[in-house]
Amino acid sequence: MLALAMVLNLWRVLRGPALPDRILALDTLYINALALLVLLGIRFGTTLYFEVALVIALLGFVGTIALARYVLRQDIIE
Amino acid sequence: MLLDYLIAGLLLTGGGFALIGSYGLARLSDFYKRLHGPTKATTLGVGCILIASSLLSLRGSALSLHELLITLFLLISAPVSAHLLVKAALHLDPRAKPPLPPEQ
Repeated sequence: MLALAMVLNLWRVLRGPALPDRILALDTLYINALALLVLLGIRFGTTLYFEVALVIALLGFVGTIALARYVLRQDIIE
Repeated sequence: MLLDYLIAGLLLTGGGFALIGSYGLARLSDFYKRLHGPTKATTLGVGCILIASSLLSLRGSALSLHELLITLFLLISAPVSAHLLVKAALHLDPRAKPPLPPEQ
């Protein structure tokens, strides 16, 4: 189910008519990847996957903020 | 035994919510409609999966803080990113703003 959700996200990233659609799809894509990593961590019983998921959460949030800021101001670092 | 069924149910619910959110992202017509699906359903789905994971680690020996950290961070960051995305979309498309009231 999560893999199917990620395929749908990827379809919206590639097709999306405007820039915010693509940013939103990337945001959803990293959230789904995080869920998939948590599932893998449950399946294999190691805590390594949770650390990877935490790093992906941090970096994905920063990336979304940077992209939205680029759309708003045309400049990331002021 | 009961905890196992609870964990399995939470995992299935989380996967279903993530799938529904992504389906809404792919199918709805407008950007503002499209924002509804992922921001609510995906966060709820990931929340269900993280609750199941923390229940599973609660059953084991050590309670790990990773699930709590991920949940906290995701619940903080999702509304902020959705807000910034709507601001960006309104900035790109000023026609979506409601018109000013008429002058007297």
